[in-house]
Amino acid sequence: MSALPESKPTRLDALVSWIDARFPMTRFMKEHASEYYAPKNFNFWYYFGSLALVVLVLQIVTGIFLTMNYKPSAAEAFASVEYIMRDVEWGWLIRYLHSTGASAFFIVVYLHMFRGIMYGSHKNPRELVWIFGMLIYLCLMAEAFFGYLLPWGNMSYWGAQVIVSLFGAIPGIGESLVEWIRGDYYISDITLNRFFALHVVALPIALIFLVIAHIFALHEVGSNNPDGVEIKKVKGPDGHPVDGIPFHPYYTVKDLVGFIVFAALFSCVLFFAPEMGGYFLEHANFEPADALRTPEHIAPVWYFTPFYAILRAIPDKLIGVICMGLAVVAFFFLPWLDRSKVKSIRYRGWLYRGFLIAFAISFLALGYLGLQPATPEATNAARIFSVIYFAFFILMPWYTRADQTRPVPERVTYDAH
Amino acid sequence: MLIKKPVIALALGLALAALPVVGSASEAGGLLQAARNDVSNVASLQRGARNFVNYCLGCHSAKYVRYNRLATDLGLSEAQVMQNLMFTGERPHDTMRIAMKTEDARHWFGTQPPDLSLIARARGADYLYTFLKSFYLDPTRTTGVNNTMLPGTAMPHVLWELQGYQKAVYEGQSDAAHDAVHKKFTGFELVQKGSLTPQEYDQFVRDTVNFLDYIGEPVQLKRQSLGLKVLAFLAVFFLFAYFLKKEYWKDVK
Amino acid sequence: MSEEHVDRSRRHFLLVATTVTGVAGAALTAVPFLASWKPSARAQALGAPVDADVSKLELGAIVKVNWRGQAIYIVRRTPEMLATLTTPAVLDVLRDPDSKESEQPEYAKNATRALKDEYLVLVGVCTHLGCAPLDRFQPQDAQLGATWPGGFYCPCHGSKFDLAGRVFKDVPAPTNLRIPPYRFVNEGVIQIGTDTEAA
Repeated sequence: MSALPESKPTRLDALVSWIDARFPMTRFMKEHASEYYAPKNFNFWYYFGSLALVVLVLQIVTGIFLTMNYKPSAAEAFASVEYIMRDVEWGWLIRYLHSTGASAFFIVVYLHMFRGIMYGSHKNPRELVWIFGMLIYLCLMAEAFFGYLLPWGNMSYWGAQVIVSLFGAIPGIGESLVEWIRGDYYISDITLNRFFALHVVALPIALIFLVIAHIFALHEVGSNNPDGVEIKKVKGPDGHPVDGIPFHPYYTVKDLVGFIVFAALFSCVLFFAPEMGGYFLEHANFEPADALRTPEHIAPVWYFTPFYAILRAIPDKLIGVICMGLAVVAFFFLPWLDRSKVKSIRYRGWLYRGFLIAFAISFLALGYLGLQPATPEATNAARIFSVIYFAFFILMPWYTRADQTRPVPERVTYDAH
Repeated sequence: MLIKKPVIALALGLALAALPVVGSASEAGGLLQAARNDVSNVASLQRGARNFVNYCLGCHSAKYVRYNRLATDLGLSEAQVMQNLMFTGERPHDTMRIAMKTEDARHWFGTQPPDLSLIARARGADYLYTFLKSFYLDPTRTTGVNNTMLPGTAMPHVLWELQGYQKAVYEGQSDAAHDAVHKKFTGFELVQKGSLTPQEYDQFVRDTVNFLDYIGEPVQLKRQSLGLKVLAFLAVFFLFAYFLKKEYWKDVK
Repeated sequence: MSEEHVDRSRRHFLLVATTVTGVAGAALTAVPFLASWKPSARAQALGAPVDADVSKLELGAIVKVNWRGQAIYIVRRTPEMLATLTTPAVLDVLRDPDSKESEQPEYAKNATRALKDEYLVLVGVCTHLGCAPLDRFQPQDAQLGATWPGGFYCPCHGSKFDLAGRVFKDVPAPTNLRIPPYRFVNEGVIQIGTDTEAA
């Protein structure tokens, strides 16, 4: 906040100093907000980090309230969701917030990750920020998968059936592993119960710890920016980076604006299209789980479909599963695959830009194809895009070195308005 | 510069929304007719509720729907609902259950008629509208009828007294020849009149489907108006926050 | 960061306006979450009025029905039982003989605490700590002594109530036993949970 003329110590100041003598409250606020210096040239892409945090809080709060009325048993789960939707006052809002929040989480996180790759935020010295971020992403996928079984609709049931069966591809132990995961000979009440425990207790705890680690690691090294310039290199007489501004108030007010725009878009889905045409809440999931009848058209929720398309594109079960796993794991190696001298796409050459654009298009195309029925043409297309997807990673050591980079400026580029 | 950002976000949202719908109602035959129902039309919902109770609730339950919720949402008094929609012995807060036992249902239909609370969300209003209009005479079936939307359905043509009976007309060959490969379904032809004209029957089905659409998600009547208020609030909030941001960022050179 | 052209009053106004709007938004957002704790439609359905058939209830007998998870006692009082309610010996030992501090519908705030004198309808939950009082209708009960006029006795902490559920002096329970809203559907059926229209 802008400092008003110094006033006499008040009772509040006394309370603060009492606490500070016992707990590093003020120091913590300074380190992570009012004296955390962030580059002043953040652009549109830099909203998604704070938005991801907002959505995490939203999911935790709505999740806690859903748990108050949800029954994790095969006999009662489906009916308890309808109970929340109809009988619990405002239950429908809490449930739609959670279901829309799940998809919003992935939209925000995918954009956040793309930002990282675009501006080289995975590169030295932010490798650990990136690794923690990827672990968050893995946790989020597991969280979404376990959570998707809970409504116990027919799509929940068969989705879980298909994904759990993937583990059966592992030679030797596959079948017994699948049985162990389910705790039964089919997806049953027992499976539902353990997925519930993982979804509401284990993974949220892991997520919270990883998010804290992600932010601590970031605040240790400092934020990257669209220019990929290390602002700590040029410091002013006060010891702070010349191109840095305190996160609070400058980025708190800026992120607040971003949050409001996000909330408006989120509300448009929540209040006017909570099913989002069958993408956020699938039609087949409005029928209770039926172990004898597979939905006509089975596809995972949209945020998993790029990987699902890779799985389907490969005619061998084991290799398909391995490739699907590699498609996720590959991201972990990005900091070391990328050999470029510069971070930001602004100063990289057309080789890297071309590969990144091709990769983004492949990711979206695979996501689209994963939602479509597996026709021979679709499968062929998915194969081509899978090759491009993996080429982005495999060829990265070569093209990032061969790329014609441009000189990086000393200072960030910023026009004051 | 900031003005551009919501535009980009909006474009992303729209791009996502523009992707074709998947996993929606079964596209059997691709002959879905638009139901053109309107859940905000309370008179239609009231007629639909009456139709549902008279013709559907004998075999199909709507076990998540409470009668007193219907009263509130359909602008009826509890007494009106009790008199017109409920069986004796039921109480206003009861859900729409049926007396038929599962074993009896299996015996009569070979299957249990599904609960209809969520059928409109699972199948879509257009599917239900078309389904209820697509029964045709088929002597090979024990019920005497078949349905182009759900071939081999166990459901008899409950509404035959209203619609009458129709037969399916095929192109090229006579419908007597049961050569499915070469037959191309072109439409229905009414062979026995019902008590309603085709237009009246369409309206009857539309009202019924409208009611099914409403019970699929009773809150849809209120959710959109709340959404507008939330967006209005966010618009005001945005103005303050946007100018506050501009004010602070004057410091940044 | 030069401060010369910073308009302090404008900045202050926007800061206050944004904060107030934000706090109001947060408060409004909290409403649905807090309201979701209210009894749901199902809880209301389960807590709906219940009918008790008292046509076969004998004089001097008690029947217990369950309403909202509480035992509702219905006692058909004999003329002798009713007579005890007005004897000075009994009125003397009561803490709140006129039910001034106790909880009952307006139509049961009378000498017999009932719509119809014969039928006593009570919530069978001790006003002390929620135990279920026992019926001890016989006067001069062996356990409760020679002066016992007949009534209810709570086994947990020894609270005593008369045959209208009125609390005795010098017992832990502070007020008379509660009387639920009820009405007579007809001569033989009492509905608990709905108020009588013509009180």
